[in-house]
Amino acid sequence: MESLSEFGAILLMQGFNGLSVFSVLLLMALGLALIFGQMGVINMAHGEFLAVGAYTTYLLATLVQTYVPAFAPYYFLFAVVAAFVVAFALGWLVEWAMIRHLYRRPLDTLLATWGLSLIMQQSLRSIFGPREVSPEMPEWLMGSWQPMDGVDIPINGLFVMVLTFLMTAGLILALFRSTWGLHVRATVQNRAMSGAVGIDTRRVDRLTFALGCGIAGIAGAAFTTIGATGPTSGSLYIVDTFLTVVFGGAASLLGTVASAFLIAQTQSVSEFFMTGSMAKVLTLTGIVIILMLRPQGLFSIKTRK
Amino acid sequence: MARKPELNDDLISPARRRMALAMAALPLMGVPVLSRAAGPATATVNTTGLSVTDTEVVVGQLHSATGTMAISETGSIQAERLAIEQINAMGGVLGRTIRVIQEDGASDWPTFAEKARKLLVSDKVATVFGCWTSASRKAVLPVFEKENGLLYYPTFYEGLEQSKNVFYTGQEATQQILSGLDWINRETKAKTFYLIGSDYIWPRTSNKIARKHIENVLKGEVVGEDYYPLGHTQFGSLINKIKLKKPDVIYAIVVGGSNVSFYKQLKAAGVTAAKQTLLTISVTEDELLGIGGENAEGFYSCMKYFQSLDNPNNKKFVEAFKAKYGANAVIGDVTQAAYLGPWLWKMAVEKAGSFDVDKVVAASPDLEYKEAPEGYVKIDPNHHLWSKTRVGKIRRDGQFDVVYETPELIKPDPFPKGYQ
Repeated sequence: MESLSEFGAILLMQGFNGLSVFSVLLLMALGLALIFGQMGVINMAHGEFLAVGAYTTYLLATLVQTYVPAFAPYYFLFAVVAAFVVAFALGWLVEWAMIRHLYRRPLDTLLATWGLSLIMQQSLRSIFGPREVSPEMPEWLMGSWQPMDGVDIPINGLFVMVLTFLMTAGLILALFRSTWGLHVRATVQNRAMSGAVGIDTRRVDRLTFALGCGIAGIAGAAFTTIGATGPTSGSLYIVDTFLTVVFGGAASLLGTVASAFLIAQTQSVSEFFMTGSMAKVLTLTGIVIILMLRPQGLFSIKTRK
Repeated sequence: MARKPELNDDLISPARRRMALAMAALPLMGVPVLSRAAGPATATVNTTGLSVTDTEVVVGQLHSATGTMAISETGSIQAERLAIEQINAMGGVLGRTIRVIQEDGASDWPTFAEKARKLLVSDKVATVFGCWTSASRKAVLPVFEKENGLLYYPTFYEGLEQSKNVFYTGQEATQQILSGLDWINRETKAKTFYLIGSDYIWPRTSNKIARKHIENVLKGEVVGEDYYPLGHTQFGSLINKIKLKKPDVIYAIVVGGSNVSFYKQLKAAGVTAAKQTLLTISVTEDELLGIGGENAEGFYSCMKYFQSLDNPNNKKFVEAFKAKYGANAVIGDVTQAAYLGPWLWKMAVEKAGSFDVDKVVAASPDLEYKEAPEGYVKIDPNHHLWSKTRVGKIRRDGQFDVVYETPELIKPDPFPKGYQ
């Protein structure tokens, strides 16, 4: 029954692929869900924060290669942390310089952050050159794991999956179990009242925005293992990211998780049975139809209007 | 009474003004008194009002220095600059130094058309070196044809085009595709192929040609053909399909950021050269910078030029390129093709003894360029180049080992019969 076991192996790998796409979608959507969902800011430059994370990884990889080559197999874990710190700091700065002046004008933030994304892209191009770069990956991260004959599980896929799980769990804990989370949720529900009870809403906003950007940075670092690092590589993800957040219901983190799962499975399965472009058409059509029936997305928080 | 007003009158007297104007106009009229040109008189080499003086000829450069395409076009900009610098160091063209006006197409096709019009109509450039994507070339083509300009286009492309106003210094599709497929069929006895591409005109047209050749000439079978949107980043499902179909050869034409995802994910899924033959026509030294040689080691790429080509012309070229752009600079197929442009133009101008576009075009067919880094090339009357095709095996360091080279130059055939 050679062919049957082979079929089983493909099925197993295909199942893993679905989960892998799910992790990628979720990891990039997390930061945006936080910023868009909790603050109502449409951050068009989200992809560029991702690219900043990717370039941080590249910089660290180059530094390690040049100065401490013995450290090369392990640097990647530190790169993830460094990417978070850099993107977080940049997000903090952007919120202070730009976003905070635009809170009452959501459409203007859309334009302003789009402009910001162009500025960031061209800055990356001017600093690192227009060509793509390739951070040297540790060997252990790029191989495949063979639990049985004929089954190859990509280790970088597993890595992204674990990272996504940790980030999601961490974010949910932070939102629902920490003081900061309480403040964020209070501010989202009623900004004036939160201010009245002594919550520094400006500070909450800044922290939330910076955290969202930091998570994008982590995603950027993680995606260097599966994708390109270039000035515009962040923009490859941005459409899917918005799709995931909007489809899930903007204000609900659980919605984002569910929507990432649905989109990933649809895409992964349909790509197996048809050509990639048609699979994309099918996925998008499905999303459009569901959004027509449920404009608020999959999940929505009930509030008194 | 003071006579000051009279002095002023004198300074701007109509007679003096006329004289000054006439003197200023002297160089424009090519009056030999002031001419320092070593070449023939301007009036004879430029009868169509191009921007040519006794000492200078102006040319245009039109690529994307910003935007998504900058990643690819930077190499072409650099190579054309190098060639022009070298030509100037040798005394220029017809005794005139080349001056470059560089415009930025900014990865936006309407911008390309607008800048092309500016170069031809306002700057009156003698020729333009530029474009990279077929989309940008198609956008500027009507402008070049209407204004009777001249364009040297460097990229390998899908063919099915030929214009009086364009010279194509890269390969058209059949030149690049057919001998590569023949080689892999001979070497590995490959019979089954899986065709993959990004979803736009070049990969689709190229795969159409490849499929016809595989089915009609090689008597092989295409077991799958898939296209993915530009910028697609997840290839897991595709890789599983490939594992299911077990083709002898994966034939890949994936471009841009997708390219990097594709090869990294192939490697992570255990699809490496040790187990699977892969032939591509979209990976040069430039793309390997982003992919990383270690992620595509042992796969084959089919091009007319590789940086590692072992001939004296190429050694000189690579040395000059690195001297100008740094020791880490890499040179891909298109970069070399872009380098040919200024040289082919110089040769045609000198053969014609004129910068006039019609005369340059008329002088071009059958021109031979023996110092090309890729080796000997020749311009065909159909405005494409005769060239050899080579197969390179990807090395860990991002360079290629050239494993095959066609014995003869291949005639360009932009409108191949039986492949449409």
